[in-house]
Amino acid sequence: MVSLSSLPGAGKRDIVALEGVTKRFPGIVANDSIDLSIRPGEVHVLLGENGAGKSTLIGMLSGLLQPDEGRILVDGKPTQITSPRHALALGIGTVFQHMMLVPALTVAENLLLGGPWWQRPRTEELEARVAEITRSLGITVKLHAKVSELSLGEQQQVEILRAMVRNSRLLILDESTSMLTPKGIDELGALMRRLVEQGLAIVFITHKLKEAAAFGDRISVLKLGRKVGEIPPGRFRALGEQEIVSEIVELMFGKQKDDPEAVECPIRTVCVEAAPLLQVADLTVAPTDNAPGLSSISFDIRPGEILGIAGIDGNGQKQLAEALAGQRVATRGSVRLEGTAIEMLSVGERRQRGLRYLTDDRLGEGTVGTFPVSINFFLKQVGAAPFWRNGFEQRAEIDKRAAQLVREYDVRTPSLKTPVARLSGGNIQKVLLARELAEGAKVVIFNKPTYGLDLANTLASRQRIRDTAARGHAVLLISTDLEELLSMCDRIAVIANGALVGTVENVDDARTKVGRLMIGLAA
Amino acid sequence: MTGLFSEVFLSALMFGAVTAAIPLLLAGLGEQMSEKAGVLNIGIEGMMLAGAYLGFVGAFYSGSLWLGFFTGAAGGVAVALIMALLCVRIGLNQIVIGIALTLGLEGLTALLHHFQFSRSYPRLPAADATVIPLLSDIPVIGPAFFKHHLIVYLAVGLVFGVGYLYRHTQLGLNLQAAGDKPAALDVAGIDVIKTRTIAVLTTGALAGLGGAYLANVGAGLFIPFISNGAGFLGIVLAMLARGRPVWVLFGALLFGVCLSLTTAMQVAGINIPTDVIQMLPFLAVMIMLVLFGRRASLPAALGIPYERGTR
Repeated sequence: MVSLSSLPGAGKRDIVALEGVTKRFPGIVANDSIDLSIRPGEVHVLLGENGAGKSTLIGMLSGLLQPDEGRILVDGKPTQITSPRHALALGIGTVFQHMMLVPALTVAENLLLGGPWWQRPRTEELEARVAEITRSLGITVKLHAKVSELSLGEQQQVEILRAMVRNSRLLILDESTSMLTPKGIDELGALMRRLVEQGLAIVFITHKLKEAAAFGDRISVLKLGRKVGEIPPGRFRALGEQEIVSEIVELMFGKQKDDPEAVECPIRTVCVEAAPLLQVADLTVAPTDNAPGLSSISFDIRPGEILGIAGIDGNGQKQLAEALAGQRVATRGSVRLEGTAIEMLSVGERRQRGLRYLTDDRLGEGTVGTFPVSINFFLKQVGAAPFWRNGFEQRAEIDKRAAQLVREYDVRTPSLKTPVARLSGGNIQKVLLARELAEGAKVVIFNKPTYGLDLANTLASRQRIRDTAARGHAVLLISTDLEELLSMCDRIAVIANGALVGTVENVDDARTKVGRLMIGLAA
Repeated sequence: MTGLFSEVFLSALMFGAVTAAIPLLLAGLGEQMSEKAGVLNIGIEGMMLAGAYLGFVGAFYSGSLWLGFFTGAAGGVAVALIMALLCVRIGLNQIVIGIALTLGLEGLTALLHHFQFSRSYPRLPAADATVIPLLSDIPVIGPAFFKHHLIVYLAVGLVFGVGYLYRHTQLGLNLQAAGDKPAALDVAGIDVIKTRTIAVLTTGALAGLGGAYLANVGAGLFIPFISNGAGFLGIVLAMLARGRPVWVLFGALLFGVCLSLTTAMQVAGINIPTDVIQMLPFLAVMIMLVLFGRRASLPAALGIPYERGTR
């Protein structure tokens, strides 16, 4: 085990440096002559939109990809990082954006992967180590639960834990905060601070400018494969948080200086007297082994209103969304849409009546990755006129309507025939938005609608949600991003352990109240 | 009909069931390992044929059954090597290559048999049985289960060995990860290609051994197409067993009973057309599939070649 504090020259020399690194893929230059220096004792923030080349850069550092030009120096020596094993041996640990856990194995087994094959897995040793790390992280991890039964947020925690278990001296966090709660993000920030104080180097990738400003020591900004700017530590310390944010925004977008996420919340008038569009009363779902159930959930949403559901991931948010959409059986309770009971109806019938559900699992249950964009628009209408007649696909009709939706929702796709999995996360989300909001929507459930999206797409999705409400629809917005809820909702309900623990009007002190509810205090 | 349920008949029936089950067991265990690691090994029928042929050749010319088992396993590995090269390393379609290997080996072994043995049809002497003291004295069950060649007990022991491997070793974890989420294994620093290659070669060895047993102990001779779908039955067993070696054993015994019953009923002269009787094992497969097939869960990355850095 390397003692991190005793590393010679901590804070002085680069652990890893990139010199003029270029990586090309057919048709695009993913990284164009990038220089980067990663030093012990620093949190180096990499900022950039989707497609800016961050993932490619991480791929080269973690041994998955080889640069076409330029070189990577490890401890000052030019090194070819030939494989992930090599990267690990060099002390480079990565938490990838896409889950890198084996769903059929338990958490413990996943953490043990990679040991010498002739050995028995050292479970006891692992348990002690994990207990030590989780204590400092302030997280709880179910070591013996199967990964497939964990929520996405919990899986991400396991991945961070795994990198810690491996004693990395350079830790790369690729979008690691996107699934964490505000409290979890703060804790991660504090942990990163502790780690760099011991001499570890961290590369931290995030879309959120505030996190970059709050947790970073050095910021590099990537744009379309190029590094467009860097704020070194000296300058970083001299600037205030607001100044840093505005400088980054200028580097990234070359436009206005304010925080682009802080949109003025336009005053929508929710007619208080109007009859609620969606009434949920006493909705109860039985818990399963590793997922909480729902206990007696009740709320109303009026036309034009956005009701937010805040809470730490894995507290029944997905169960709530699925129970409303009809994908999960409720043991008790009623769901009324425009006064009519729909709790006995099937998924399809609920959709017909105007209840729409945007899943957070965009590629899994949301779309069929290998199908073209055009068909994915009509997945929930397969067989229905005018797109199918007598069982035959009406190619012309489909393409015409699909082209219209692509324009309307600004889906950036090479063609209508492109398999949807080839699009970026933001564009897949646009396909989903187009499908669910298109015609006849009355009540729309959004589950983590901006998870993993870059800033531009996040803002676009949020605008869609606001527009949906402005059209007089009822919106249920489930999110783990408190800022998002505060900037969008009329009311915010907090879910914990499958129950709504309180509902707060989104006025002045809502942040404190929701925060108190989330950590288990009364508002 | 009176002879049908006599003690002697019953124990002969069960003895035959065990003999018929061993090749299926070895094929099933082998296929299970490949599938666990994410390789759908349709070529296993070809591997069995290679094992049967080379196993017979080895035993026939050396006079040693054990050398025959060794050459049989080596024959299976040789075919598996082609499979590993084409499907694991180069990443070609596993189903197409598997079918090609099976068809190719069917032709090749039939041809070699034609030149070498078709005039004389040589036979091996009956295999020596290892009689287990005391247990073999139990009526009916004793002669049925405890008077077999040593390799039979070893094969059954292997079931538990493999079970231990899957549940309690690092290699077992690696195999499962290679089949379920190879990318996760890769970033954990384990070579996916190597892991899958190990699995496919082991499959070859087991299938080859199964083939050699079939020829040397089961039949005592080699004839073309001797495996008669045993490899394919192994694929079905692996699928139904859901990753558990013990279930492969139970399944193999069940099919073994059916196979043995076809022979027994013909010998007993029951007045049913032989074609109907011969359908029995395959009918059993279909019934098993209907009953349990729906709940079979296969590894997520089964059949998908792994290439680093693709989504």
